[in-house]
Amino acid sequence: MRYGKEMGLRRFFTDSGHLVRPAVVLLAALGIFLIIRALIIPKAFGQYGHYRPAALMEIRQRPVAYAGQDQCILCHDDEAKTRAAGKHAHVACEACHGPLAEHASDPAAHVPKLPDVANLCRRCHEKDAAKPSAFPQVATAEHSGGMLCNSCHQPHNPHL
Amino acid sequence: MDISRRDLFKAGGKLLVLASAGATLEQITGAEPAPEAYKMADHWWGMIVDIDKCIGCGNCVRACSNENHVPAGYFRTWVERYQVGEDQQPRVDSPNGAIDGFPPNTHAGVKSFFVPKLCNQCEHSPCVQVCPVGATFVSPDGVVLVDQTYCLGCRYCVQACPYGCRYLHPETKTVDKCTLCYHRITQGLTTACCENCPTGARQLVDFKNPKDPVHEFLRHNKVQVLKPYMATGAKLYYKNLDGSVR
Amino acid sequence: MIPGVDGFMYPNEIELQWSLLIVLYPYITGLVAGAFILASLERVFKVEAVRPTYRLALLTALAFLLVAPLPLQLHLGHPERSMEMYLTPHTSSAMAMFGFVYLWYLTVVLLLEIWLDYRADIVRMAQSTTGFMRPVYKALTLGSENVSPAARRIDDKVGYTVTVIGIPSAFLLHGYVGFIFGSIKANPWWSTPLMPIVFLFSAMTSGIAAVLLLYMATMKVKKMPIDMRCLDTIGKYLFYTFLIDFTLEMLDLIHRTYEADESFRSLDFMVHTRLMFSQIILQILLGTLVPLALLAANQLWKFSEVNRRVMYVTACLLTLVGIFAMRWNVVIGGQLFSKSFLGYTTYKVSFAEREGLFTAVALMILPFVIFVVLVRLLPPWPERKVS
Repeated sequence: MRYGKEMGLRRFFTDSGHLVRPAVVLLAALGIFLIIRALIIPKAFGQYGHYRPAALMEIRQRPVAYAGQDQCILCHDDEAKTRAAGKHAHVACEACHGPLAEHASDPAAHVPKLPDVANLCRRCHEKDAAKPSAFPQVATAEHSGGMLCNSCHQPHNPHL
Repeated sequence: MDISRRDLFKAGGKLLVLASAGATLEQITGAEPAPEAYKMADHWWGMIVDIDKCIGCGNCVRACSNENHVPAGYFRTWVERYQVGEDQQPRVDSPNGAIDGFPPNTHAGVKSFFVPKLCNQCEHSPCVQVCPVGATFVSPDGVVLVDQTYCLGCRYCVQACPYGCRYLHPETKTVDKCTLCYHRITQGLTTACCENCPTGARQLVDFKNPKDPVHEFLRHNKVQVLKPYMATGAKLYYKNLDGSVR
Repeated sequence: MIPGVDGFMYPNEIELQWSLLIVLYPYITGLVAGAFILASLERVFKVEAVRPTYRLALLTALAFLLVAPLPLQLHLGHPERSMEMYLTPHTSSAMAMFGFVYLWYLTVVLLLEIWLDYRADIVRMAQSTTGFMRPVYKALTLGSENVSPAARRIDDKVGYTVTVIGIPSAFLLHGYVGFIFGSIKANPWWSTPLMPIVFLFSAMTSGIAAVLLLYMATMKVKKMPIDMRCLDTIGKYLFYTFLIDFTLEMLDLIHRTYEADESFRSLDFMVHTRLMFSQIILQILLGTLVPLALLAANQLWKFSEVNRRVMYVTACLLTLVGIFAMRWNVVIGGQLFSKSFLGYTTYKVSFAEREGLFTAVALMILPFVIFVVLVRLLPPWPERKVS
């Protein structure tokens, strides 16, 4: 393809002019994308790392279900003392009594149910070869003959 | 219609400038969270698990489920029971994640023990590495979290986790996992699983706290992490983990 | 005992995360890349014999490319958030590049190349068509009706450059999918540096086979004669590509078997039980060895035209099934075994759910529907004449 000198360059642009059109379409699309991106990208994204920093606060504000034993012993002083004197000293209240943050914040409105003794004690104390041998465990059928554990053991201080 | 090339160029150029200006403004004026009592930079969270103390009661699994409303059939934490023969080939079971403990072991005379599992809160997390949009991340205080309003539910992170800690939440259709009870530990409470473990097999630790028992623990005990060859920077340390544990 | 589970799996591993639709996605992008490479054989590597399939290959690529994002969107938990990949792409994630590579390939490579090649025909049709198609063609001209020989020579040169850029772009479009799997250290079935290369060569194989079949089908429908020289040349390139693909996959298999690391026992068991049909029978025997034999026979001996056509159709159909089986074995296979190497689960394909069989079938039919529309809109014949 040979063009003469000055006429040549102008003719070249005329013949390739149509190429500008797809280029313009692409650039316009790119421009629109950048505008939309600026509008909807989350605030402060990237502040601590490649994520939305507001997510940290959102996760922190999720409701708590277990109050923690420090809360329980504020009111239930007697049970706490009994427990502290026995083998269950390091077993948290809610480990047996279930999640009670609701009860802790409004005791009268949320009255907790008593634990299901038939199944509860067995989960820890049923004999199993995989449990550490020093851990107190019994074959409950032989040990109690079907009687509930709290017929003999006081749960907060269970040692007999 | 008769638009000259020149007009098109001008319009395109203006659009580009506007867009770039808009993007810059957005970054500058982005809000920062207000200062408060809990400073992320003062903490670096992890957990230690003592295999010799775990009795497989499943309290941790139940507690986590209650605290975090974990959907049935999915697990942020679970306990495995290992029964290892002389050939060191283990038989493993975890009935419903051990949420109701374990049925009695019928194979006595074989080395057996329990292994609690949860998110390893990896420092060089492969799950964070593969997230295409930045919906999962390591927080400045070392907890791997998922942004529930940003996650697409592509499940690439679930594939990338070597430990099987992640799952797709069937209701929110986003990925969920152990958050180390971030909502609790940032208010001075311990995690739900540690709170409810009756034997103290699980313990939350803060590496940046000079008084934390983890420093003595790591100095005096033989510790292992799961799949160390993956080099994930796992911050879940096990004491006396048997070599057969996967 | 959990139904479908043998041995032990981590509790969250029992249910598969990536379903049939994720098997479909690499299959579809593979066809795109493969069809494009076939088109580039003529344009860049001057293999004149395959010229009759040039435009057809481009339209095939476009038809499949338009459908490619659909299985992904249907799989996402929140498809409405997929824009986030464009807003905040995480540069350490191979998946994040999908949106950009896809758009790049769609616009700057495929649409531009098709536009440049068809421009003279588009202008002619814009001037001669009547009725509701006229404004469509007018829009496609993008306002320029300059089809002087000089302009068309420039189109040709630019088109050539676009194709040259298109080859590595096609490699990237499909290769990154291989990297998505190959870079997952947590999964030993996926984690290998060979994965992007294997994906690429199997993509090329399936794409070439697809174009060959579509060419024969289109010629039959249009009652036009089949150019046997073209067919034989495509068959030759299909043979060589498939040979390389098979070699790479066997290399991976032999390597694993030889090294026999911890994962090997678990994976070996999985291949011989859960993947027996899809890998041994469908992928290797029927999907690779039989087509390779048919294609090799045509390189060694001369068969009659009718016989060759039958052999090519058989070989290509089996190839397409075999490459689909390969994608299945990679994606599904990688999730059937436990990362503890102590157990296996099962994948049950649902029928009428969002990620079920019906959806998959519809997504595979859709590109052919689009292809028919494209062939009507932009007839591949007569082809462009280059002066």
